[in-house]
Amino acid sequence: MNSLPQNVILSRVMSKTFPGGIHPSEHKKRSKKEQIRKAADPKIAVIPLCQHIGTPAEPLVNVGDIVKIGQPLGDSERYVSAAVHASIGGKIIAIEPRLTPFGAKVLSVVIENNGDQDVHPSVRPYPNFKDLSKTDIRKIIRGAGIVGLGGAAFPTRVKLQPPPDKVIKTIIINGAECEPYLTCDYRLLIEQPKKVILGLKAIMKPTDALEGIIAIEDNKPEAITAIQKAIDEEVSHHNLRVAVLKTKYPQGAEKQLIKAITKREVPSGGLPADVHCIVNNVGTAVAIAKALTTGMPLIERIVTVTGGSISEPSNLLVRIGTPFSELVEQCGGFLEEPTKIIMGGPLMGISVPSIDVPVIKATSGILVPSKKELDDLEPEPCIRCAKCVDSCPQYLLPNLLGDASENDRFDLSKSYGALDCIECGVCSYVCPAKRNLVQLIKLSKNELLRKK
Amino acid sequence: MKPLLVTPAPHMKSKDTNARVMLDVLIALLPATVAALFFFGFNAVIIILTGLISAWIFELIALKLKKAPVTRADLRSASITGLLLALIIAPSVPWWMVVVGTFIAIFIAKHAFGGLGHNIFNPALIGRAFMVASWPILMTAWLKPFDAIATATPLATVNPAPATYLQLFLGNVGGSMGETSALALLIGAAYLFYRQAIEWRLPFAYLGTVVVISLIFRVDPVFQLLSGGLMIGAFFMATDPVTTPVTKPGRLIFGIGCGIITMVLRMGAGYPEGVCYSILLMNATTPLLDRYARGRIFGYK
Repeated sequence: MNSLPQNVILSRVMSKTFPGGIHPSEHKKRSKKEQIRKAADPKIAVIPLCQHIGTPAEPLVNVGDIVKIGQPLGDSERYVSAAVHASIGGKIIAIEPRLTPFGAKVLSVVIENNGDQDVHPSVRPYPNFKDLSKTDIRKIIRGAGIVGLGGAAFPTRVKLQPPPDKVIKTIIINGAECEPYLTCDYRLLIEQPKKVILGLKAIMKPTDALEGIIAIEDNKPEAITAIQKAIDEEVSHHNLRVAVLKTKYPQGAEKQLIKAITKREVPSGGLPADVHCIVNNVGTAVAIAKALTTGMPLIERIVTVTGGSISEPSNLLVRIGTPFSELVEQCGGFLEEPTKIIMGGPLMGISVPSIDVPVIKATSGILVPSKKELDDLEPEPCIRCAKCVDSCPQYLLPNLLGDASENDRFDLSKSYGALDCIECGVCSYVCPAKRNLVQLIKLSKNELLRKK
Repeated sequence: MKPLLVTPAPHMKSKDTNARVMLDVLIALLPATVAALFFFGFNAVIIILTGLISAWIFELIALKLKKAPVTRADLRSASITGLLLALIIAPSVPWWMVVVGTFIAIFIAKHAFGGLGHNIFNPALIGRAFMVASWPILMTAWLKPFDAIATATPLATVNPAPATYLQLFLGNVGGSMGETSALALLIGAAYLFYRQAIEWRLPFAYLGTVVVISLIFRVDPVFQLLSGGLMIGAFFMATDPVTTPVTKPGRLIFGIGCGIITMVLRMGAGYPEGVCYSILLMNATTPLLDRYARGRIFGYK
């Protein structure tokens, strides 16, 4: 920490943030020092055709086909959708609905590994980045099946094509990683800073953005130093900079991130483009950089496998479609029998129905807490302490929204701003009565969106 | 392997519980309780014990009648009501009156409205208001501190007017048991702020309004702040989460309203003190304030 450059130390003093939020214990210690290592290729990869927000991809292959690494397995003509690719070489043994981390069965391509390491002929390096046009870049991102790797899995191509009347000034690479336990973005920032910068520049080009910002929380000084160094080494870096943020949850939430950096608020129901910003995750930037340099589509991602039940927490480079169980084995197995397995972080992650579900594009972490870490207490009556009100980063009244949901008063939920909830879970975290407020608000949101 | 538990996010929660929130209030009331015991001796012991024990008994009966489970939060909440009631009545009050007061507080003001978290009015204040209405003379028979130890019978009413600021600050004056020592109450309030159990808006809007009105009407603001039940009211009664607004603008309005009503009652009404009624009146506005005094939502102008 003492070796930090002067400018980094200075910017830490002036760390930016948003009003509200919480300071949960970080739990990152066990995995943050672990270098990214390549996980073994799966024996059988299950690749769902819908791993993103939007229309599912249509299968392009048949049962019995032999596929090579990087070969497209499915795609869609629809605008909001993303292609999926073979993450291993082998034979397609089934195209059928399979259980995904979200608990539903989704049409998936199942590949049996034949050990073939050759890449598909469609995967070939592109010319020099400088020579790529805006349309080329969009096309490559589209073809590579890149989606937001922070967890939302929104097709990146769509994000990079804002409505024509919106002027984009700022591209923000989200390296806040405010969820406890997760360290995958942190490792990427430290180990592959140049790819992060290339990804950022690739996003800036088609959007005509004026500046590129990499946002990092101030509990990650090594990452700040690494990125700052990579920026300084760029030939032209006048429009690139690091923004140091306070360590606070949900600092990495899109709206709160933009607020912290630009002081502007994304209007209710609006897009970041309304305040001249586009936000992309660190992992997404690296995936774009990989696609641009090697032509390899999104077939692997970094997954943090951690939690009190995991023997050797690790940051793994994992082929999409690898079952969770194989990764847990490669991290030394369980220390105690798992009660709950979470995909993502503890605050917004989802608990998966089975350990055999595959890693998908949105899998930032596999978190297996110990029994001690899971202390689910029975809900009690709300004592109206307003801790939820004081911590809500969207300035909502979560306890009253919860009451409205419980009483089916969705008219009230609407007027209290249920649709402005970003589902960060801060209200449920702070509640001394242990009410699951965010879940109640989601109920209202679903009801209101259904009626729309 | 046994089936995995599937639950909605978040999968991590703070260590805060209702019971812990209640414990903080009880801890914060300790200095005032000690001050009451110090100044009023044996009378204080009897009143505080009666308040606590009767509150527990009435709480248990009420929960039993409702067939509700008895939780730690329930018992601690009853303790707060019993202790607060004991601290806001005169040290000369006979013990059976305290029992009637806690009955009204726990049974009528709290459980008749639905129990923990559902009551509209502050239970301890309702208990006190009932006692003042029923036994106005006994309830205002203030004792001079320390004298109560020497004589068991109530002395003549002591008017706090000749007291010095220092006496008022330390609590060496006549008054309700836990109200007299501003110092003890401020120590407790500091603890509540440290634990983030209360928020600045409401108490400071209340106290600020009292000061402003004092200055306008040329009465001594320091005397107004330190005397009567203002300190315990502002930091322990008007901050009762259940009966006060959750919205930030609502908390400000609530505090200002309490300040105005307190000063109107103090300067212009038959009662010498207005804190109790000001908070009860504002309690009635809480549902309205929650609905109409909402703050700005993120992303709106």
